[in-house]
Amino acid sequence: MDTPITITIASGKGGTGKTLVATSLVLSLPEGVQYLDCDVEAPNAHIFLQPQWEEELKTGLVVPRVEAAVCTACGECNRVCEFKAIVVIVDKVLVFDELCHGCGACSYICPSDAITEIEKAIGIIRKGRARNGIRFLQGLLNIGEPMATPIIRRLKKEAATNARITLRDAPPGTSCPVIESVEGSDFTILVTEPTPFGLNDLKLAVGMGRELHVPMGVIINRADAGDDRVHRYCGKEGLPILLEIPLKREIAQGYADGQTLIDILPEYRDRFQGVFARIQEEVRHAGK
Amino acid sequence: MPESSRMPKQLTIISGKGGTGKTTFTAAFAQLTENKVMADCDVDAADLHLVLAPEIQKTAPFYGSRTPVVDLERCTRCGICTQVCRFDAIHGGVLNLFACDHCALCMHACPENIITMEESHSGDWFISNTRFGPMVHARLGIAEENSGKLVTVVRKEALNLAKEQGAEWVIIDGPPGIGCPVTAALTGVTRVLIITEPTLSGIHDMERVLSLTTHFNIPAQVCVNKYDIHPDNTRRIESYCRQKGIEIVGKIPFDRGVIEAMVSGKTVMEADVPGVAPAVRQVWERVIGDW
Ligand code: SF4
Ligand code: SF4
Repeated sequence: MDTPITITIASGKGGTGKTLVATSLVLSLPEGVQYLDCDVEAPNAHIFLQPQWEEELKTGLVVPRVEAAVCTACGECNRVCEFKAIVVIVDKVLVFDELCHGCGACSYICPSDAITEIEKAIGIIRKGRARNGIRFLQGLLNIGEPMATPIIRRLKKEAATNARITLRDAPPGTSCPVIESVEGSDFTILVTEPTPFGLNDLKLAVGMGRELHVPMGVIINRADAGDDRVHRYCGKEGLPILLEIPLKREIAQGYADGQTLIDILPEYRDRFQGVFARIQEEVRHAGK
Repeated sequence: MPESSRMPKQLTIISGKGGTGKTTFTAAFAQLTENKVMADCDVDAADLHLVLAPEIQKTAPFYGSRTPVVDLERCTRCGICTQVCRFDAIHGGVLNLFACDHCALCMHACPENIITMEESHSGDWFISNTRFGPMVHARLGIAEENSGKLVTVVRKEALNLAKEQGAEWVIIDGPPGIGCPVTAALTGVTRVLIITEPTLSGIHDMERVLSLTTHFNIPAQVCVNKYDIHPDNTRRIESYCRQKGIEIVGKIPFDRGVIEAMVSGKTVMEADVPGVAPAVRQVWERVIGDW
């Protein structure tokens, strides 16, 4: 049949309905799709897909620890660290774990071999089975930890490689965690709304997608609530509009209760199947 | 007077989950607060300028991080950079910019000494005038990293400007999530206003943001936007906050007029959205007005 496909659902602006789209899409597909919730700062897909957790693992970074007896306070580690995470003051070495990227430059450079590395947990990965036999993976950043990207990287590693269809629910915005989520996918759906905010952030997201050379399509949520600027922009940029979802009180209320579009309005199952078929076509087309 | 009491007070408006109306509130607060400087710290998806229509007075470059540049002509393809790099970002001297963590280990490890780290111009920040007073904002280059660092720059500039002008408040539009840019937008502020919505997702993310403000020991208040789309969930938010001793400073009804105001580049106060404008004013009074 078809080759495996990875689709990322992203949005420049938060709150445009990215998770609503992603969870509705996954429920329209055949059983056994893999779903990665990469929005590790504020993951929400579990509310809609209700996974039974089967496994939980800690994920972290390796951070340096300095053996005081061996350290000569030469200051080399301080010099090479790009993130000011290891600082030598007089004859003491201080490590600021929250600033450390776990790059290993300090231990590599230390002429006295005084640095060892320990694993520090910054978040967790959960795995389970959700509705419709979905293989569900979620990353969760610990409160107070600044770095989301390493968790997303790990989440991608933990994903099964034999899944025919993988959906990644990306965080909002266009910065490092989003780039990590989009990297390596075959197609990206950008969810937006037809307002000045929606358009502004859509443009940023499209810029990011182009840098990453990933084919894109747009889903417009609350399509009747603003004006036609997003439509015009998509036309001008040659971005396919995959689906439009109207602003309806029953959708807003169902969503508030943790229901997907498929639960609220079953006719959306067909529409999302159409969206998926269209994406397959776009990907095939882009591959040529 | 002790030095600290002359320091401008800082308010950050955040939400955890995006799209709950954070920027709409910030813009309304810009209009209502007299003596203040605005700061758009949602540098990743900056939207405040769409309502405040800033006229840029000053532009300055932002250098986020250094990036390795390899002199490929002298590269012997020894593969040491590939071996040491923990981010799988460099292969035989060829860099994958999107995977690179900018740590410089490859430069230190290269036996030929042909890798240099070069500053990259990864965005700009601005000081502007708006119809409601000064504003500091920024634009991050496409697919650039380090939004946390840029948030820190914007906040520092806004605070300096506020001190210079004797402004009483710095009002900060914060980013979504709980990670690095949010932490940068929160540290050391006077108080935090969390805008949430009565959806299960909104509640979930509000709880995470509240854990974060508790973690950093910053006083937080909550406002429920579009409270009437789901009264049961609104009650859940209220009882959660009561339990945690968090003050709810207001509930704002849903009205399409909010979207229409945004489309026409107006604050909800300027558009005088029925039900919404008076409720926002009440929230403002409880957060800032009677400070
Ligand atoms: S591992 Fe890298 S980021 Fe961490 S302290 Fe060492 S050099 Fe700095
Ligand atoms: S700077 Fe660090 S992350 Fe980037 S290629 Fe070099 S070793 Fe890898």
